[in-house]
Amino acid sequence: MSVLDKLLPEFFIKVDRDLCIKCGQCVNNCGFSALLQDKDKNVKPIHEKCVACQRCMFVCPTKAIQITKFPGTQKHNDYWDPEYINNIKKQANTGGILLTAAGTDKLHPIIFDRLFLDACQVTNPSIDPLREPMEIISYLGEKPIDIAIEFKDNSYILKNKLKPNIKLSSPIIFAAMSYGAISLNAHKSLARAAKESGILMNTGEGGLHKDLYEYADNIIVQVASGRFGVDPDYLKRAAAIEIKVGQGAKPGIGGHLPGYKVDDEVSSTRMIPKGTDALSPAPHHDIYSIEDLAQLIASLKEATDYSKPVGVKIAAVHNVAAIASGVARADADYIVIDGFRGGTGAAPTMIRDHIGIPIELAIAAVDDRLRKEKIRNKVSIVAAGGIRHAADMAKILALGADFVTIGTASLIAMGCTLCQKCYTGNCSWGIATQRPDLVDRLNPDEVSKKLVNLIRGWSLELKEIMGALGINAIESLIGNRERLRALELSKETLDVLGVKPAGR
Amino acid sequence: MIPALEHIPSGCAAAGIMNKSGIRISGDAIMDMMSVMHSRSNGLGGGFAAYGIYPETPDNYCLHIMFDTESAKREVDSLIEENFIVERQEKIPTKIINEIKDPPLLWRYFVLPKPEKLVAKNMHADDFVVKLVMLVNTRIPGSYVNSSGKNMGVFKGVGYPEDIGRFFMLEKYGAYIWTAHGRFPTNTPGWWAGAHPFSILDWTVVHNGEISSYGINKRFLETYGYECVLLTDTEVIAYTFDLLVRKHGLPLDIACNVVASKFWKDIELMPEEEKKLHTALRMTYGNLLLNGPFAIIVATNNYMMGLNDRIKLRPLVYGKKGEFSYLASEESSIRKVESNLDDVYSLVAGKPLKVEVNKDVCA
Amino acid sequence: MINIDALNMDSRELNKKIKESIEDGHKEINIINVLGQRFIGNGIQNKELKITINGTVGNDLGMFMDGVDIELFGNAQDGVGNTLNSGTICVHGRAGDVVGYAARGGKIFIEKDVGYRVGIHMKEFKENVPTVVIGGSAGSFLGEYMAGGILVILNLDSPKIMKADAIGTGMHGGKIYIRGDVNANNIGKEVVILDIDDDDYKILKKILGDYGKKFNFNSEDLLKDNFIKLKAISHRPYGNLYAY
Repeated sequence: MSVLDKLLPEFFIKVDRDLCIKCGQCVNNCGFSALLQDKDKNVKPIHEKCVACQRCMFVCPTKAIQITKFPGTQKHNDYWDPEYINNIKKQANTGGILLTAAGTDKLHPIIFDRLFLDACQVTNPSIDPLREPMEIISYLGEKPIDIAIEFKDNSYILKNKLKPNIKLSSPIIFAAMSYGAISLNAHKSLARAAKESGILMNTGEGGLHKDLYEYADNIIVQVASGRFGVDPDYLKRAAAIEIKVGQGAKPGIGGHLPGYKVDDEVSSTRMIPKGTDALSPAPHHDIYSIEDLAQLIASLKEATDYSKPVGVKIAAVHNVAAIASGVARADADYIVIDGFRGGTGAAPTMIRDHIGIPIELAIAAVDDRLRKEKIRNKVSIVAAGGIRHAADMAKILALGADFVTIGTASLIAMGCTLCQKCYTGNCSWGIATQRPDLVDRLNPDEVSKKLVNLIRGWSLELKEIMGALGINAIESLIGNRERLRALELSKETLDVLGVKPAGR
Repeated sequence: MIPALEHIPSGCAAAGIMNKSGIRISGDAIMDMMSVMHSRSNGLGGGFAAYGIYPETPDNYCLHIMFDTESAKREVDSLIEENFIVERQEKIPTKIINEIKDPPLLWRYFVLPKPEKLVAKNMHADDFVVKLVMLVNTRIPGSYVNSSGKNMGVFKGVGYPEDIGRFFMLEKYGAYIWTAHGRFPTNTPGWWAGAHPFSILDWTVVHNGEISSYGINKRFLETYGYECVLLTDTEVIAYTFDLLVRKHGLPLDIACNVVASKFWKDIELMPEEEKKLHTALRMTYGNLLLNGPFAIIVATNNYMMGLNDRIKLRPLVYGKKGEFSYLASEESSIRKVESNLDDVYSLVAGKPLKVEVNKDVCA
Repeated sequence: MINIDALNMDSRELNKKIKESIEDGHKEINIINVLGQRFIGNGIQNKELKITINGTVGNDLGMFMDGVDIELFGNAQDGVGNTLNSGTICVHGRAGDVVGYAARGGKIFIEKDVGYRVGIHMKEFKENVPTVVIGGSAGSFLGEYMAGGILVILNLDSPKIMKADAIGTGMHGGKIYIRGDVNANNIGKEVVILDIDDDDYKILKKILGDYGKKFNFNSEDLLKDNFIKLKAISHRPYGNLYAY
């Protein structure tokens, strides 16, 4: 190996010999084989292999192990970031496309952090959410434009026939993550937590494993360009069906689940041969135009007797408002807009970090556009991509979303430390892997409780925020931009957001 | 004249009187009622709605319009000439009193839409009038339509309500329904159009409280063609009732279940049909829920209705004496004009109290 | 057996009639005057049902279908057998683009020509091997992304060297049999051209036997002609695409 082939390690593993009791737990837990034990049981790090997933630090009983950035340094350069230099060397070695995972880690402007919520003082009362009613029940699906009523036998009867809607106890949905990208135990944990919390999980495009059939009422099944695992039963075993057109982390890009992640169970769930790359084409090959989307939506509705909502997931791209309008008119019942911070199990780095627009702007633009066209009732708007906490959720709802999805946040609740190596299949936390030794670490009994707790915590916080705003029903928060103010955002951004600057 | 393009919260006093046989009484009583609640207002807004005051032209829409400038009036005049047959137009009579400063031009027009315009636009007369009101309010700076119904009118301005009443000489009018409002805006524009009542067609609303959901109520109504420009949450209430009751044909009590919706936990316990209805109402009109404190008095030519928010954050008292019904923020206000009531009680959260005028009184 | 006259019916109404007929216990449904109605047989799970159609069907004939036997006398448009699970679709006529998209089972027999991207992303799993036979010629991107299944192009009444381009591009499973030949620069870089062997012959004999029965001709004669096979080089065509 020439010196030109070599890359300096990104991380440096320090093992404190005084503290180490040579128990070997760190070695056993490292999914990336970055730690070994010699014949005297001394722990030997292989720095090059470390991804800073932190599993060893968490399991070490004596805190003898520490991961730091590689201390060797280059000449400081604010423009040529060490990451870019390293990437060029990698590509000079391989001629390949840079691959990464999770949501973008680049410091693009964060609009959420420039938005501030309102509270009541004197002129209207805040409400104590612990003791007064505070309603966050939300319905996913198309709503009527008006209500028709008949007076019969001394009571009012509803004459409208409502389109199918799903009732959620909180406006949160677990984001689409496929079995294959993540483990079966991770999928089971999400399904169980969704059921217990009265919300929904989303299969992603990798089919529905038989162990999840019992959670059908809390599951959105995805139909993506690869059509993995899609058959009439799949469509029937779901509360809603979602056509995946795009993903915030990789708009316009298909998926390549590497063959080494396609084991027996993944293969039978996706209904493809074992060990084969699961390739999702970039487009749906039956959707080359908006009328084709309408056709696929109609087709899915016909196949399920118009019994459940059919949604469409798109990435937040430049023309998102017009696209969303088209999707709504194509008879979708809900639209997921995935912002540029959305996560992924694998995406080309250049795509993840440089395509798409922020979810805050996308939601504001879409909500405005649908209202202007008087079709806002036709769809629920679901905001996805980089929702970090309940305040982000409250802000995006106020900008006009009806629901949020949480992917990265739910993974973190399951143990993820955002090392961004999901595509390697070596996830030490048993999440983004199909290796049996790693998958077994993730216990659905334990992890589903963590997820339930997360939903509970965020729901309570959402209620606290609503209480401060003096509103006791989520319908009064959604789209209520009057209750947001912005700090140090440009006039143009404020204009798109429909939000006033703080102080006005 | 608009101080800033943002909405202005305000506290308030509200009152109403109705005679169910349609006996028209002078404005003295309602002014008396308001004077008792003087300290609920701060002199920055007062107003009245009166029904039955133009019996000689019952079929004409009467547009009460205020103008900041003569040029605004000229612009509106030509718009009206173009679209309406004008039966009569005149300055709204006022008298000089010290307490009222710098009033705008106050004018009223008794009109009917030109039939050929209705055909050309393929619109009903009511919708045509609503469209004109929106046009004047949004497109002609310095002009605001205060009311646009038949045989009714709104009189309002900057000042304490009893002074506004004297300024307009309400003692000289006879009405079978009077509602009134004294305003306590927490922002301080001396803005005449910002006073209550707010009105569209013969709907009027007076309102005590601040609507925390204003932002989304407004945006929802905009998708149905209403343009909210008067910077106050009360405006959205008037449009909400117009949309739900007139446009969508919902019974008034059902419309009340939109603005003060049932709680999900109670909907859960309802019989199947009722549950379906209330679920559908929330799903469809959830954004019209008036969230936050309110006590409102809504009136039309046919009835007067009081309604509180669903967790009862504002007061509203009902009193009855013979054919007279009263609503007021405070009982004392009612007692001032009728000490010997047959019945008196406070309204229940979220439950409308509607008193109707006998059918033969109004068409 | 029940007859349905689809004259002036919209898609939803026709499909409702079909589903009602199934609920009424009919095993044979005969539909006439079809013109553009979409989604016929869509998502129906029924191994005993036979649907006969006369006319020109709309898009997505037999999409998501599971078990039904459809026979169409007339031409089909785009998306025949889209995401087909099992069952048979036999078209006495031509068909449009993306026949058999993402199908993972069942049989699709087309008498005449088909459009572009036929057999795209077909896959197979265990005993489910979709089979698509095209009597005429096919357009470009034939078998793109194909992950499994069998695609047979007979080129009857067509030039024996296919005109289509990018055949089998991205293919990583399954087989394409072509009666005639292809130019090497018209195939995807992920596939190789092979002669057929004895196993292939057996497979073709069985498939063409079935196909011949549907269209009343002697398929044995065809087998005397030259066939080639296209096969994926790798199950993981993009394994070396990335820089980790």
